[in-house]
Amino acid sequence: MNLRKLTGAAVAAALALPMFVSGANAYELVIPSMDYRTGPFAPNGIVFANGWSDYLTLLNERDGGINGVKIKNVTCETGYNTKKGVECYEKIKGTPPSGALLVQPLSTGITYQLIPKASVDEVPIFSMGYGRTSAANGKVFPWVFNLPATYWSQATGLVQYIADQEGGLDALKGKKIYLVYHNSAYGKEPIRTLEAMADKFGYEFRGLPVDSPGQEQKATWLQIRKEKPDWVLLWGWGVMNQVAIKEAASIRYPMDHFIGVWWSGSENDVLPAGDAADGYLSGAFHAPGGGFPLHDDIRKHVYDKGLGKGDRDRIGEVLYNRGMVGAMWATEAVRKAMEIHGTTEVTGKHVRDGFEALDVDEARLEELGLGGFTYPVKITCENHEGSGKVAVQQWDAKAKQWNIVSKFYEPLRDVTGPLIEADSAAYAAENNVTPRDC
Amino acid sequence: MFYRESGQLKSSYVADQAMFPIAQDRWFVFGVLALAFLVAPFFINEYWANAILLPFLVYALAALGLNILTGYCGQVSLGTGAFMAVGAYASFKLVGFFPEVNFLIVLALSGVVTAAVGMIFGLPSLRIKGFYLAVATLAAQFFLIWVFNKVGWFYDYNLTGMITVRPIDFFGVRITGPEATPAAKYLFTLTVVCILALSAKNIVRGRIGREWMAIRDMDIAAELIGIRPLRAKLSAFAVSSFYIGVAGALYFSIYLGAVEPVEAFDINQSFYVLFIIIIGGLGSVLGVFLGSAFIVLIPILLKNIMVGGMGFDSGMAGHVEILLMGMLIIFFLIVEPHGLARLWQIAKEKLRLWPFPH
Repeated sequence: MNLRKLTGAAVAAALALPMFVSGANAYELVIPSMDYRTGPFAPNGIVFANGWSDYLTLLNERDGGINGVKIKNVTCETGYNTKKGVECYEKIKGTPPSGALLVQPLSTGITYQLIPKASVDEVPIFSMGYGRTSAANGKVFPWVFNLPATYWSQATGLVQYIADQEGGLDALKGKKIYLVYHNSAYGKEPIRTLEAMADKFGYEFRGLPVDSPGQEQKATWLQIRKEKPDWVLLWGWGVMNQVAIKEAASIRYPMDHFIGVWWSGSENDVLPAGDAADGYLSGAFHAPGGGFPLHDDIRKHVYDKGLGKGDRDRIGEVLYNRGMVGAMWATEAVRKAMEIHGTTEVTGKHVRDGFEALDVDEARLEELGLGGFTYPVKITCENHEGSGKVAVQQWDAKAKQWNIVSKFYEPLRDVTGPLIEADSAAYAAENNVTPRDC
Repeated sequence: MFYRESGQLKSSYVADQAMFPIAQDRWFVFGVLALAFLVAPFFINEYWANAILLPFLVYALAALGLNILTGYCGQVSLGTGAFMAVGAYASFKLVGFFPEVNFLIVLALSGVVTAAVGMIFGLPSLRIKGFYLAVATLAAQFFLIWVFNKVGWFYDYNLTGMITVRPIDFFGVRITGPEATPAAKYLFTLTVVCILALSAKNIVRGRIGREWMAIRDMDIAAELIGIRPLRAKLSAFAVSSFYIGVAGALYFSIYLGAVEPVEAFDINQSFYVLFIIIIGGLGSVLGVFLGSAFIVLIPILLKNIMVGGMGFDSGMAGHVEILLMGMLIIFFLIVEPHGLARLWQIAKEKLRLWPFPH
């Protein structure tokens, strides 16, 4: 009986509520977030989603939106699940009044689903540093943007870091570099690049797959203990990262020779291992920490008003900053679109042009309160990745904070260039896409 | 009062053996089909097709396949996800090799390939039963997914191991990929599902179906009255895998469009389909549609009520949805352990007596 009453109440509320909500007629910019606050990857998904949403709230609260037009942040729960992601996308893409201006799928699987749909639905995909690497080729993928750096660029950056520690690219000869990866499209993404570099620089490469979600890695680390690779790279996500770092600690693998992808380098990943994680490295394309002027604005305009999505003291975590910087680039693209088309009532089509002309330089970063937070991004018609630079950050377990310990490495374009060309050409041939002229 | 069969006299064997012997049932089914074929395509949009109706139909078909094996023949299988993967990869490779061949033929061939694989993994059923057989089919689940993830030939040596559907035309109408209209995708899937459901209903009412049920109810007794377990069990595996294979091909080609083996066809997929037939009702064709509607559609409904109607935060709604779904499953299994199909049957019995139950 109780359940019946509950359902009855729910249905009644569902029918009654829309009447009160509707009424606002002003144009709004629909920027969706495809969050995952449930499932095995939720610990990471929540922090990212908070950063993304808080930045959008900040723009609404502090500036009244973008150029005076309010942002409508529509959220949808994907659980990092492709089927739910498809449902979410279909649900949010037509949200009135503007329709989704862009979509940040936050999962390689969902990104692959949406890539062919983007041009038909005219919704640009902003797969920030993930998804299909060859989408960096704007001639074949006009609707996909994977700035600021792809996995392949990152792989070359990490190998350069290794070379710097070993004493130059020539010193890589005969070294063993292993990759522990999530056995999915996401984890397999860097393999081709690492193999190509192995041929070029003469290191020995080996990939060790870990099945999703990645709680079981004993065998993998036993193998590493036996074969003693000089460096281990980690391409994991969610619970897999924590387990990998704990396992590495338990076989006493030197943490300063263990480098994670930028999705394997957040507070969530290292804290469970405690002091043993000290010295662990990971890729990064932005600074950690919550001391930038923008963070102060978020505290003042969002959290002081009680509008924050997460905990106040988690502002500035690595993944929070990543969600925040992602929202920054997305909204800058919207701003650019307004500038190009001379209207504030932009649509997905306009925002695509905005992304293609995106140019966030040092001066603009300074204005946004993010001076020195990340490197300048400039997108062109043929290059949807930008400069593709990546730095390495290190975990300090005593101070419980990440510190950037290297310069920002330029990607080895002579390695990634031909691979991107080949993979995007294969996509174009399979799907009858004629590459456009740039 | 209205649902009453008195006066509906059957004067021929054909009428007596009809699939829906009661006129009201018949008209109801015709009505639903007419609605689905003639009315729905005009109103369908992308959300309804891609998020609601396609998964509903595809899972109903996969569940129908599993129900033939588990519900009618009594062989428990946890390999559904893997068999769907076989169908998906078969259709992917076949379209790659023979792009000109009609997609219906590709679907049928994918089903045949899956049937062959299913029969191989069905062989242990001749020796082992029950939970032990479930574990043997679990081997299929892990082995096949491992193969599709490991051997580059299956995914055309794609960098990430994903397979993506090619643009396919069916008599000049695009049915796959983003250019296909929702109505085209929906109608094609609906037609395939209806034809296969009709055949399934007839197979299980015929000689083969009776053999399966005899094996299910007591295999030794069945053997004594002259049913060969080898043929009965393997034919159940073959027919079941055929259905699951076709469902897998539709799941990949029409519903999702791009899949990677580990996520799309993992063990959860097998459980998902198993839950559909348990909730819907073992040994019932109607049950798979009810079960699929329950498992696929209720979460979406709950989500839309909570997020769209009551203004819940999407993350909060995600958690509440898991909770409510669990409660509903327990509720229905307590009310009727034999599934929704049995509830429907009871409702029919009551309707016959209504409004004078005594």
